[in-house]
Amino acid sequence: MTLDHKRLGLMYLWSIIAMMFLGGAFVMLIRAELFSPGEDFVSADTFNQLFTLHGAIMVFLVIIPSIPAALGNFVLPLMLGAKDVAFPKLNRMSYHLYVIGAILFVASMLATGLDTGWTFYAPYSTSDSPAHRAILYAVFGAFVLGFSSIFTGLNFLVTIHKMRPPGMTWFKMPLFLWAIYATSIIQILATPVVGITLLLVAVERMLEIGIFNPALGGDPVLFQHMFWFYSHPAVYIMLLPAMGVMSELMSTYSRKSIFGYRYIALSSVAIAVVSFVVWGHHMYVSGQSVLVSVLFSAITFFVAVPSAVKVFNWIATLYKGSIRLTSSMIYGLGIIWLFGIGGLTGLWLAALETDIHLHDTYFVVSHFHFVMVGSAIMAFLGGIHHWWPKFYGTMLNEKVSLWGAGLLFVGFNLTFLPQFIAGTQGMPRRYFDYAERFEGYNQISTVGAFLMGFSILLIVINFLRAIRSGKPAPANPWGAVTLEWNTAPIPDPHNFDDAPVVGDPYDLSIFKWDEAEGGYVPTRPVPGLPYIALPNADSTESQH
Amino acid sequence: MILPALLPLILQQQDGEGGFFFPPVASDLAIASDSLFFTILYLSGFFFAIIVFTTLYFVWKYHHTKCPEPQPSPVHNNTIEIIWTVVPTILLAWIFFEGFEGFMARKTPPPDAYEIHAQGRKWSWNFTYPDGTESSVLHLPLGKAVRVNLASSDVLHSLFVPAFRVKMDVVPGRYEQLWFTPTMLGEFDVYCAEYCGTNHSAMTTTAVVHSQEDFDAWLSEAGDFMTKLSPIEAGERVFASKGCAACHSVAGVAGIGPALNGRFGQERKLSDGSSVTFDANYVRESLLDPAAKIADGFQPIMPTFQGQLDDDKMRVLVEYIKSLQ
Repeated sequence: MTLDHKRLGLMYLWSIIAMMFLGGAFVMLIRAELFSPGEDFVSADTFNQLFTLHGAIMVFLVIIPSIPAALGNFVLPLMLGAKDVAFPKLNRMSYHLYVIGAILFVASMLATGLDTGWTFYAPYSTSDSPAHRAILYAVFGAFVLGFSSIFTGLNFLVTIHKMRPPGMTWFKMPLFLWAIYATSIIQILATPVVGITLLLVAVERMLEIGIFNPALGGDPVLFQHMFWFYSHPAVYIMLLPAMGVMSELMSTYSRKSIFGYRYIALSSVAIAVVSFVVWGHHMYVSGQSVLVSVLFSAITFFVAVPSAVKVFNWIATLYKGSIRLTSSMIYGLGIIWLFGIGGLTGLWLAALETDIHLHDTYFVVSHFHFVMVGSAIMAFLGGIHHWWPKFYGTMLNEKVSLWGAGLLFVGFNLTFLPQFIAGTQGMPRRYFDYAERFEGYNQISTVGAFLMGFSILLIVINFLRAIRSGKPAPANPWGAVTLEWNTAPIPDPHNFDDAPVVGDPYDLSIFKWDEAEGGYVPTRPVPGLPYIALPNADSTESQH
Repeated sequence: MILPALLPLILQQQDGEGGFFFPPVASDLAIASDSLFFTILYLSGFFFAIIVFTTLYFVWKYHHTKCPEPQPSPVHNNTIEIIWTVVPTILLAWIFFEGFEGFMARKTPPPDAYEIHAQGRKWSWNFTYPDGTESSVLHLPLGKAVRVNLASSDVLHSLFVPAFRVKMDVVPGRYEQLWFTPTMLGEFDVYCAEYCGTNHSAMTTTAVVHSQEDFDAWLSEAGDFMTKLSPIEAGERVFASKGCAACHSVAGVAGIGPALNGRFGQERKLSDGSSVTFDANYVRESLLDPAAKIADGFQPIMPTFQGQLDDDKMRVLVEYIKSLQ
């Protein structure tokens, strides 16, 4: 039973990858069914259960914990030059709650055939059918998962506040930490609301008090308000860490300081705050008041600005750099485009008039997959490729990594670009069967989805092979200057022998590529830099 | 060569039969909302092109094979950062305002709009006209503002007509509404856009736009079918207009509910193990209190038709079901 944040991070990593395979397997069945209209492989009821499972698993068990819990756990204390997070035992408990919650959640959904969609909209979800009576177990699973998320957020928040090394002021923190910090705030403040909502569903079910169910005098639109009060900020729980990873990748692989550091740092916090007051943009056609819809639309456009500026900042970072197209950088550049599409398509959905036609169509499905997969999952994978050398002290096979990233990018666009057109043409989401005129879009989409599935398989096989037989990694293969690279190739359990010396996290001029050495070498003596990036040197000799 | 020829087709707002992005443009609202759609498309397309071009250009220009060393450049620049914050803000504010204006127009139906009541239930639509005529197909007069009042018998639904670019959730326990003016003759798909269970994707019907004369003719014919048609034919109309066929086959195939042909007068096994004679009283009870006697092997999910069917209609329904072989 380890308390080491690095081991816990890797345990999260593999749990999340396992869940990603599960959620991915369900969507393969969905796409196979949708290849042509009519019933082909599964029944309508099975189809409805499949998209419920896919959405719930991917949101609650994969994307929300992906970067914060897996990469955050591994990297955050290292970046802070700390031995561990502030509360290692709480951290382990978070992981155990994640596992318990995940098992409860998935098992109850599978056992009862829950078919409400991941949004659990009332009164469908509160109606008295066998599947919905059992919703309480799934709700309890989600409740436990919520605590895992809250504890992780709390832990990171305290760690960042209390355990920064001397000299690391707020504005000398790597941007990944800013992003995780902003994410943690949302996790702590928003997650309790979904817990409360789920409890209210339970209370309504058991005590027959009308809260959401109109048959008992409740209001179904109230459920949507409470659900999105959590679930919209949750979008930023998924996205902000991805933006943090992006900033690290863009700077490291163009060997330049990040452009507009303060703007990026503060915009993370701004996005976190504003994300709490935009939830109503999911509800323009729900029957909420016209005035409320108008206000939410205005605020939603407002939150688009800091996101857009982050993209400009990343691009400006490339300017006059020395760019290396490593697999991590391919993910990073891909994200600029995919997040660009995801963000810009959001404009049609934020605008009140155009959203009415597009709401609940495949346009929305495609839009949020561009953000959730094209940005969040891609950043998760890009981050794994970036920090992998520290995970297992080995290098990934770069050629396979590049193929994986390239195929995933092609497969992703093949899957989701046609869905925008299916959506504008009017195909509603969560449709088991569809009109002939949507067949072409769906066929391209299905082919793309299987290509994505194949590339994910390739990427994970590459991971497994690197664990078994990867080339030993140097301590600092990318010549990055954040503190996690200033550790042994496989960091010691206590991370650092001496208190690290903190400088500018983006002063990449400290290291220079040396062709003869085949690695990055320091350009000048830097105090407190025990690990020099020499790929050929034995790691023990390069110490001190 | 092909792409430049195709681009105008893709990027230009189409009317009539629609185009690359859109289905037919069949209401006044469709024209307005498409116009905003294409404006945003041009704007965001322009910015996306800049993003793609600059990233590709920078990657090519500053690739490490050309630039082994990064060159000195500022790490921030207030002027640039203010410009690229303020310009998008202004553009976004403008898009918001355009969307807001169109939205307000959609929320204020003219007082003299023709009113149709739409009832959504798992998994069919029922439309009631001012004279009490009912139909499962949405018949509309061309060029006349129509207000559709929406109500649900069970869970959330959403009335969606892509060709009109209208959509509104149907919320149990309250009324919602939408309005538009059909501008094109023809038949258009009507969907349910809010997930509502097993047959969500089958909860579809058609909107038929007639000329005013044809519409009036349809309405008067449909309105007095009870007196003009034989009871069996009238029963068939009621069966269709109430959307019974969404769950009950008349061709012997068990669906969500049991098939109804060849059953009349026979013994029916119930889920509690007892049995009942399938007669006029059983049909009547099943319509008014569907959960009272559940056929063996089926779920108690049929909505009640209490208050929606008068005695005459129930009588002709019984005649129709009796006639099914």
